[in-house]
Amino acid sequence: MTRPLAPGLTRAQPSLAGVEDYIALLKPRVMSLVVFTALVGLLVAPGHVHPVIGFTALLCIAIGAGASGALNMWYDADIDAVMTRTLRRPIPAGRVQPAEALAFGATLAVGSVLVFGVLVNWFAAALLAFTIFFYVFVYTMWLKRSTPQNIVIGGAAGAFPPMIGWAAVTGDVSLAPVLMFLIIFFWTPPHFWALSLLKCDDYARAGIPMLPVVSGLDETRKQILIYSLVLAPIGVSPTLFGFAGLAYGAVALACGAVMIALAWRVYRERSGPAAPSAAKKLFAFSLLYVFVLFAALLADNMLARLGYGL
Amino acid sequence: MSENPEEGIVLTAEQKRRRRARSIAIALSLGLLVVLFYVVTLVKGPAVLIRPL
Repeated sequence: MTRPLAPGLTRAQPSLAGVEDYIALLKPRVMSLVVFTALVGLLVAPGHVHPVIGFTALLCIAIGAGASGALNMWYDADIDAVMTRTLRRPIPAGRVQPAEALAFGATLAVGSVLVFGVLVNWFAAALLAFTIFFYVFVYTMWLKRSTPQNIVIGGAAGAFPPMIGWAAVTGDVSLAPVLMFLIIFFWTPPHFWALSLLKCDDYARAGIPMLPVVSGLDETRKQILIYSLVLAPIGVSPTLFGFAGLAYGAVALACGAVMIALAWRVYRERSGPAAPSAAKKLFAFSLLYVFVLFAALLADNMLARLGYGL
Repeated sequence: MSENPEEGIVLTAEQKRRRRARSIAIALSLGLLVVLFYVVTLVKGPAVLIRPL
């Protein structure tokens, strides 16, 4: 028998969350990019890592990224509820309580860093901890709601995984992982601004100062083009610095040229159905761009190790 | 779901199913963590197995 509640108190309601809701809190699609780039960082790093240790490192990076996603959804539940793109997430949909998401995210964040430190190495674990801190406190809690440069600076959080993968093997950071960091860092603005051109009304309704909301669509198109022009040579930089071969350089050059061409189309097409179509194409290709570049980097490195490098 | 002060909260069949699924997921995650520590201990340091008692 249950004791009657004191006046003013309500009984805790049973959770409606399914396992799939907790998986959704981990942002699995974002996690796939994080795991892939971390895997490339781990495999191209000089030295040997036992497959079990490598798997453990990737698992911890994936869980740490998922924890960041859960904490982001906990903090942003209010704005997620007014944007069509995020309306059906577990918290605004009412299936997961905010406190449940907070506990879930915090537990995974602390757990992933501790397990990473104990089983792999503490330098890489510290980088993972900093990445989670940067995404949750610097990007989510501070930048996202206060400046149109939110995704430029906040993009650093998404750029760290290959560096963490590298550090899991070597225990330090050198020029090569910094170049991988820069590729993702300069890729993030044109990628997200292409999306924000399509979802401008959503961001305005939620009060998020994304660049198109604050500075207008034309300024955003100009910034997309500028960042794409900067991204293309940075994409080729691993070859220029002797970290990757000509095969990678050729792929990066071609992908960079396509990225600039699509960004130019976004810049030119400013009205009618051609404008959103151009933004959609750039957004779709930008996803392909980062996957292709990192896959090429990995293939180039593996071929070089086998003695077939160009 | 009905709430009766005499009986407490009575879960619906769907809520029971979801609670069971969550419990299984937690158990599997903890099991994986135990296996992970066991395997990594073997990989990283067999010396830990031949220490003096």
